[in-house]
Amino acid sequence: MPDTPEHTPELTSELTPDAKKKRSQRNLAIALGLFAFVAVVFIVSILKISGNVAGAG
Amino acid sequence: MVNRDNTGTSVVDDKSSFAGPRDYFALLKPRVMSLVIFTALVGMIAAVANGASVHPGLAAASLLAIAVGAGASGALNMWWDADIDAVMSRTIARPIPQGLVPRSEAAGFGALLSALSIALLALASNYVAAGLLAFTIFFYVVIYSMWLKRSTPQNIVIGGAAGALPPVVAWAAASGTAPLDAWILFLIIFLWTPPHFWALALYREGDYARAGVPMMPNVAGELSTKKQIFGYSIILVVAGIAPYATGLGGTAYLAISSAFGAGFLLLAWRVFKSQPKSKEAPKQLFAFSILYLFALFAALLAEDLYALYA
Repeated sequence: MPDTPEHTPELTSELTPDAKKKRSQRNLAIALGLFAFVAVVFIVSILKISGNVAGAG
Repeated sequence: MVNRDNTGTSVVDDKSSFAGPRDYFALLKPRVMSLVIFTALVGMIAAVANGASVHPGLAAASLLAIAVGAGASGALNMWWDADIDAVMSRTIARPIPQGLVPRSEAAGFGALLSALSIALLALASNYVAAGLLAFTIFFYVVIYSMWLKRSTPQNIVIGGAAGALPPVVAWAAASGTAPLDAWILFLIIFLWTPPHFWALALYREGDYARAGVPMMPNVAGELSTKKQIFGYSIILVVAGIAPYATGLGGTAYLAISSAFGAGFLLLAWRVFKSQPKSKEAPKQLFAFSILYLFALFAALLAEDLYALYA
């Protein structure tokens, strides 16, 4: 069947299974990295605030 | 790259689609990071042993920030030097030359981590330390990578300041100041850098020449480089004893510094007397130089920990 405009298959980009796996790993790493950063900032903030409170007391 | 399979669906087989977290971690130059963490730890413990007071959790967060900052500058260096890395056998396996990580992503990754590490250090310690970390990243990326590396054989001499700053940053993180003793640690790493990298350059001369990087052996020649290695080694060994003179190091440190200093001088002398194009002596000096720096800083760390907890 000729590739007339009506019959041209829809162009979609599809990753290979290995590339999909790597993408999932990258996404997970970003999520973990963000979570770790938020956790570290939270802990550091608590430590600084508690240190300042203790210093003021 | 996008190919179409027999159903008409395009299949992405760009190598960067196969990059995993490890490839991004490799951008941070983990081996350099480990040395930075170690020297920063020594600077921080030395500050505490000299009277600084810091919460262990904040100290750990500060060290993390310094390590990430070092890694970020490594990623930015790989972004800028991708063309050089692609022609040198020592660096061709890095993620950008391999096509695993696009240059633009390495730049964004490095810039983001730089900002986060400086912000975290400011939060966990103080603005002096954060400012010093920002300066370290700027010096490594802009002064060394962008300017000096391709323009002068003194590149690693001046650029070595960036690698020497982490113990000063850590000392400042713990105490808010950077006293003479912190700068002695800086001086030791600063003077250690030329013989360390020129020994490497002597047995990788072809690599640097092919990449067009003006390292000392392919600009001033092998003999001149060997003379300069020996000269810097003498000054380094003297600087290595300086912590004993100021009281930063004790008797055990003096013994270790002297013994390893003698070994360093012996190997530097062997490099000086080695046959032209001989690779064995430079290789030995390069390997020993890593051990030398580790031994000196480990001795300081052990003495400080003993003084703090024994």
